[in-house]
Amino acid sequence: LDIGCGSGLSGEVLSENDHIWVGVDISKAMLGVAVEREVLGDLVYADAGDGLMFRPGSFDACISISAIQWLCNADKTSHIPKRRIKAFFVSLYRCLRKGARAVMQFYPENAEQTSMLTNGAQAAGFSGGLVVDYPNSTKAKKYFLCLVAGEPNTRLDLPKAMDDDGVEVPQDTVLFTSSKPERRKKYARDKDGKRVPVKSRKWIVKKKQSARLAGKRTKSDSKYTGRRRGPKF
Amino acid sequence: MRLLTHNMLINPMKGMEGAFPLKLFPTKVTKEEVKFNSAFIVNLLPKIDYKALQYAATTVGIKDLPSELPKKIDQEEHDALLKKLHHILLEVHVEEGKLVCPKSSREFTIKQGIPNMRLNEDEV
Repeated sequence: LDIGCGSGLSGEVLSENDHIWVGVDISKAMLGVAVEREVLGDLVYADAGDGLMFRPGSFDACISISAIQWLCNADKTSHIPKRRIKAFFVSLYRCLRKGARAVMQFYPENAEQTSMLTNGAQAAGFSGGLVVDYPNSTKAKKYFLCLVAGEPNTRLDLPKAMDDDGVEVPQDTVLFTSSKPERRKKYARDKDGKRVPVKSRKWIVKKKQSARLAGKRTKSDSKYTGRRRGPKF
Repeated sequence: MRLLTHNMLINPMKGMEGAFPLKLFPTKVTKEEVKFNSAFIVNLLPKIDYKALQYAATTVGIKDLPSELPKKIDQEEHDALLKKLHHILLEVHVEEGKLVCPKSSREFTIKQGIPNMRLNEDEV
């Protein structure tokens, strides 16, 4: 399944690799170009934000190139981005067979859009994570949402991100868990009931994880994270 | 639109779960050769709704599908059947026509082989 297949550029790559594919796009004009190019895949004129229109377990895999960021926009007053994102990811999860993978490259305008998409995918039941290639380059930086439609906490070996010299960066991979997000307390109490600083190690680790989900460069966690710093001298 | 795609297509509107298969009224059908991949068809068959496929095949004039598929498919033994299914699923294209939801009678036109599944604002 090719979400936002457009004029069929990505579809041609699929065909070259002998895949049978179905492309969905919201633009009649782009689909017209795909027809002219005589792409081998089937095309469907539809809005992915309305929910996908396929039977459960129809597809073995899904790709998307530069499309899902448009779910974050409200092009009409009737559009609520979060609702469209939910409709998309829930229907995608259903359309994929169990264990199928979806890899979606997208261009987020900001960290909020990245969060909306990753949270939407997670809420729909997907496991997986975000991979960011060339994180330091404004031009080459690319976000990939890599998902698997499996059991919660399915381990997906995310592809390693690329960095400036084409060398793979041993970054922390970002994994979804199915644990409920904790509510942040204003004041924490220790076992004696004494008020204790909120910014405990636990809180810091959680904050770093949400920064990773938003695609920000974050140092890996270690025994030094949130550790009390001793006197400077 | 191939018959394989028709076999997967449902009405995305709310409350239309189970409205499958979409009724098919083709007005222009073409055939285009696709390389036969036996293993692909064998793996595909469990996913196919065979009754829906038989229905779609009759709408495009193909009536000689067996009434049911053999329980275990063997690539060599059932080569002819697999080639026939390959032809029906992948080589037949509905270029013009319409799809109709069996529940709501909502129509979806097919033009240039592309079904228009865009919903109106009140249908989402």
